[in-house]
Amino acid sequence: MAGELSMSGFSQSLATEQVTELIDLVKKVHGFDFSDYSKASLKRRLSRIMMVKKLSFYDLKHALLNSPDFFQDFLEEITVNVTEMFRDPSFYKALNTQVVPYLSTYQHIKMWSAGCSSGEEVYSLAILMEQAGLKDKSFIYGTDVNTVVLKEARVGIYSYRNIKSYAENYQMAGMKGTLTDHFTTLYDAATIHSELKANTLFSVHNLISDTVFNEFQLISCRNVFIYFETQLQDKILDLFYKSLCPHGFLCLGSKETIRSETFKKKFKAINLKENIYQKIGS
Amino acid sequence: MGLDKNIIDRWHSCEILLFGGSAGSFKLLFNIVKLLPATLNKAVIIVMHRKRNFVSEVEKLFAQNSRMSLHEIDDKDKIKQGTIYIAPANYHVLFEASGNFALDVSDAVWYSKPSIDITFESAAEAYGDKCMAILLSGANQDGAEGLLKLRNAGSLTIVQHPDDAEMPEMPTQALNLNAADYVLRTSEILELLETD
Ligand SMILES: C[S@@+](CC[C@H](N)C(=O)[O-])C[C@H]1O[C@@H](n2cnc3c(N)ncnc32)[C@H](O)[C@@H]1O
Repeated sequence: MAGELSMSGFSQSLATEQVTELIDLVKKVHGFDFSDYSKASLKRRLSRIMMVKKLSFYDLKHALLNSPDFFQDFLEEITVNVTEMFRDPSFYKALNTQVVPYLSTYQHIKMWSAGCSSGEEVYSLAILMEQAGLKDKSFIYGTDVNTVVLKEARVGIYSYRNIKSYAENYQMAGMKGTLTDHFTTLYDAATIHSELKANTLFSVHNLISDTVFNEFQLISCRNVFIYFETQLQDKILDLFYKSLCPHGFLCLGSKETIRSETFKKKFKAINLKENIYQKIGS
Repeated sequence: MGLDKNIIDRWHSCEILLFGGSAGSFKLLFNIVKLLPATLNKAVIIVMHRKRNFVSEVEKLFAQNSRMSLHEIDDKDKIKQGTIYIAPANYHVLFEASGNFALDVSDAVWYSKPSIDITFESAAEAYGDKCMAILLSGANQDGAEGLLKLRNAGSLTIVQHPDDAEMPEMPTQALNLNAADYVLRTSEILELLETD
């Protein structure tokens, strides 16, 4: 039926067993474990890949098995990389008033944006720290599994139209001046100022299989847990716990909360609405 | 009035009640929230188009006037009967087979996030024929295809009569797709939801 291939992304629907089959195959052949990803979203993404790449279920299996380069494509398509500068302005406001004063007492402030996508969150944090007068002693690491978005993050060039569309976020977050003040614009290309980029580093890190790589005063992992089932969230909360300094901060997305009873005891909620937590103990 | 027995039976037997609304649907949704009884043995999910940084006055207003408990959805919330759930701004709402919600920030559909299509389609996959969905006023075509998916899965699908909708586009699109089991006047929708 022609109507099935509309903009809304409907396509041939996969059966649950087919999703499981693909998960098993990817795990065996490529060592990437999607088994604890949220199935509802995974199913949509898989259907979408089949639609945009015009592949049947069998074609998709074949490509995953036989074309070595296809997996990168697959990973790019299956991850949801939608992000914004200053997404959820009230979160940045809370960060500024409740967390930044505390962070300012540290000699060095290391932050980790886990699942940073194309870098908008990292640069939002960089702007926040600059305006708090803490730029020189802060450093922000951005990590993701998707190498294509990481490249965009590193380059730091965005569409001017997109940046303009975040003006409202910026203003609602209570930041000074305008968002475009932090960019150099040529036609539709808005390049983040180099001094904001200076204290950032982007690298590949898989939250499922990679380990602790530094000690942080703040970890921001926003809108990543929505793609994980709760048992996987717990595993990653453990990684975050181990990666935080004593009293370090953990920020989840506006609609993401710590579900596990164990970790509710290890993190104190300092802002329940914005899901900002602080590590208890060492 | 003219409500037939079939529709009333199916309303009684459904487990999930879904609403999709956009421009012009707020007042009716508010009245519906007000009239649903505290003892309703269904989970109610409302997907209403709203702007990205929409300050949640709607939730407050709805919660103050609802007899059922009412929440804006958090990721992985367990779906319970007797509760009204509101889709949060800037997220899509999906249903997991485990009986939880899962949120998603992927691209807007028909310029909408939350998208009615996405939630309806997901409900069709997770709940098959156990839903009843009502599509209300709106100025775009979000919801029509999702409603069709629900209908094809055997759920009961209802569209607000375009003449009664402030913005008839959304109901009309659904009717064009033949996605509705019933087209009801606003008064009939309210009457149906009041029958016990
Ligand atoms: C929706 S984006 C979130 C971007 C940003 N944090 C925000 O809130 O706007 C989710 C990101 O998580 C990344 N991701 C998914 N699985 C991951 C994993 N196993 N390890 C690290 N990152 C992952 C995706 O590639 C994607 O860029």
